[in-house]
Amino acid sequence: MDAVTNGYVERLLQGQGQLPASPLSWLNGLRAQALERANALTVPTTRDEDWRFTDLSPLYKAMLEPSSQAVPVDAAAIEPWLIPEADNRLVFVDGAFAADLSALRPETGVVIAPLASALKRHGDRVQAELGRLVPGVDDAFSAVNTAWLRDGAAVLVDGERDARRPIHLMFVSARAGAAVYPRALVVVGRGSRCMVIEDFVSIHQGAGLTNGVTEIHVGENASVRHIRLQRESAAAFHIATCGVRVARDGRYSGVSVSLGARISRYNLQVVQAGEGTDFQIDGLALVSGRQLADTHSFLDHALPHGRSRQLHKCVAGGAGHAVFNGKVLVRRGAQRTDSAQESRNLLLTERAHVDTKPQLEIFADDVKCAHGATVGQLDAEQVFYLRSRGLSDSSARDLLTFAFAAQIVERIALPSVVKRLEDVVRPKESKESR
Amino acid sequence: MDRSSLLQVRGLTATVAGVEILKGIDLTIQAGEVHAIMGPNGSGKSTFAKVLAGHPAYEVTGGDALFEGRDLLGMVPEERARAGLFLAFQYPVEVPGVTNSSFLRLAYNTVQGGRGRDELDPLEFDDYVQDKLKLLDIDPALLERSVNEGFSGGEKKRNEILQMAVLEPRLAILDEADSGLDIDALRIVANGVSQLRTPDNAVVLVTHYQRLLNYITPDYVHVMDQGRIIKTGDRELALELEGRGYDWVADEYRARQVA
Repeated sequence: MDAVTNGYVERLLQGQGQLPASPLSWLNGLRAQALERANALTVPTTRDEDWRFTDLSPLYKAMLEPSSQAVPVDAAAIEPWLIPEADNRLVFVDGAFAADLSALRPETGVVIAPLASALKRHGDRVQAELGRLVPGVDDAFSAVNTAWLRDGAAVLVDGERDARRPIHLMFVSARAGAAVYPRALVVVGRGSRCMVIEDFVSIHQGAGLTNGVTEIHVGENASVRHIRLQRESAAAFHIATCGVRVARDGRYSGVSVSLGARISRYNLQVVQAGEGTDFQIDGLALVSGRQLADTHSFLDHALPHGRSRQLHKCVAGGAGHAVFNGKVLVRRGAQRTDSAQESRNLLLTERAHVDTKPQLEIFADDVKCAHGATVGQLDAEQVFYLRSRGLSDSSARDLLTFAFAAQIVERIALPSVVKRLEDVVRPKESKESR
Repeated sequence: MDRSSLLQVRGLTATVAGVEILKGIDLTIQAGEVHAIMGPNGSGKSTFAKVLAGHPAYEVTGGDALFEGRDLLGMVPEERARAGLFLAFQYPVEVPGVTNSSFLRLAYNTVQGGRGRDELDPLEFDDYVQDKLKLLDIDPALLERSVNEGFSGGEKKRNEILQMAVLEPRLAILDEADSGLDIDALRIVANGVSQLRTPDNAVVLVTHYQRLLNYITPDYVHVMDQGRIIKTGDRELALELEGRGYDWVADEYRARQVA
């Protein structure tokens, strides 16, 4: 195992030296720093506490190479993933911006652009924020992402703007066997508002590594709705980190849905940078076959009057494995924190498996914090009730599973996405009844 | 065996967790009839109802049951429902996240499909269910809520009656549909049963009280005790039970067994 992991970071960094230098020296510096850090790190194994349940050895054994040239993708290939409500769309194919697949409806005060062009026109703004929220100096994957940093999505909203149109950031994996490094930066200034959908899709059935980093800055009294859809191929490896910083009276609401990938890991870190912030964090992971979906969240209440609500649900079928680790830290001085976290897990088969660990650490004395976790199977009385009304055993189970998952899906304020996701888990009506 | 009967049960025995609850039930129901099954708590009335609906917690250990000449006990619960058997639950189950309207339509179309009839699309179904609501005087707001979630006891029973009216079963078994109801709710239940009462259908009322029988006159009244039907009579028997309780029926039965 060690032999494999020791050389692994180097393998991921092969070819990084050929990256064309940016005219921006600070960006070259950011990369160089990350390269140095990555070289000093090893990738995690199950001996690391944070990766106990998530064995990445299948990833380490897979032969992957950096995506060197973009595979041509036509509009029809991404058609099934489009979100009609979101007419602002940036599409990246294997990490590279695809202008022909993207669509933009400019709004005053709202910059939606590939990072490369945002750097040209709003370089100072990007420089001030890029790389600040990549958590954990010991995380090899986000260091590797930054070392490869070349392009990505930039969303900048300023001047008390309400970016009414949802912004769809679509990261397409087009070539099996490629390692790609999606990157997104969202900066929403004081009193502004936006909704961003990060969407990870595959147009092949093969393996590949998506190693993404997202940074979201929520300004004072600003509001960001962040929808994250991971619907990559069932053979993919998906490792992503999202850092969120919320300033005074800011609101961050995130819904992450994990459907695809053989092994996926989502690290979400939300930090309170001012008083009176509000976090609403919802998650849904659906696993079947031999899939593993791991969500690690860390909500950092650092200042008074923060509120957080988190509901994470896992549905595990087949021999699937879902992992949830939800840490809530209430630091000394974060008085009047009001935090509630719930982890609810549904096991559909005997071979399915869930590991859930809510972790509440409180160092303030005047707080209201609650957390809970349940792991269970479908309720036999509910199944019988539905069957007594004519539904087959499998329809009854599908319907109850659907209802369990729908609670999260319905929190996505985009009807087309809700419908599409509901179709994934919806019972097949009365098809098999005849 | 008489294959023209709607339901014919012979020598039915059943256990739950190894304990025998039904100890040999015989019951024949013809189309067009209303039967009441009465008896003290723990007599096996509800178990009998659940066994007929195919509840998996109960194991049938003997006897047989024919539903329109078909082997009922060999069918899984959904086959029984599609064949036209309906159980109104004593304790209707809450199903959060599933709206009543979509559940009703799913159930309706499944049962219709099972009977080889056409399904209804959402608009057609809405017309159909609105008619039923009007007929039963049930608040349409019930449709938009999750199935039974947060319903009061009365609302739950009304919802069972609505499901029954929508599914139009050949044989409806109402398990304590009247317990815990105020007069208005009781009227809705009684009205629902009357609507269903045709020469082709039959109804079994499992009840602890005589009250419901003021609204629905049964053709037969059966008294259950310790897992058996120990006496069968007509409406007069129900009134007598109201006045005298159940003990005398059990005494009579024991005397007959000794003799």
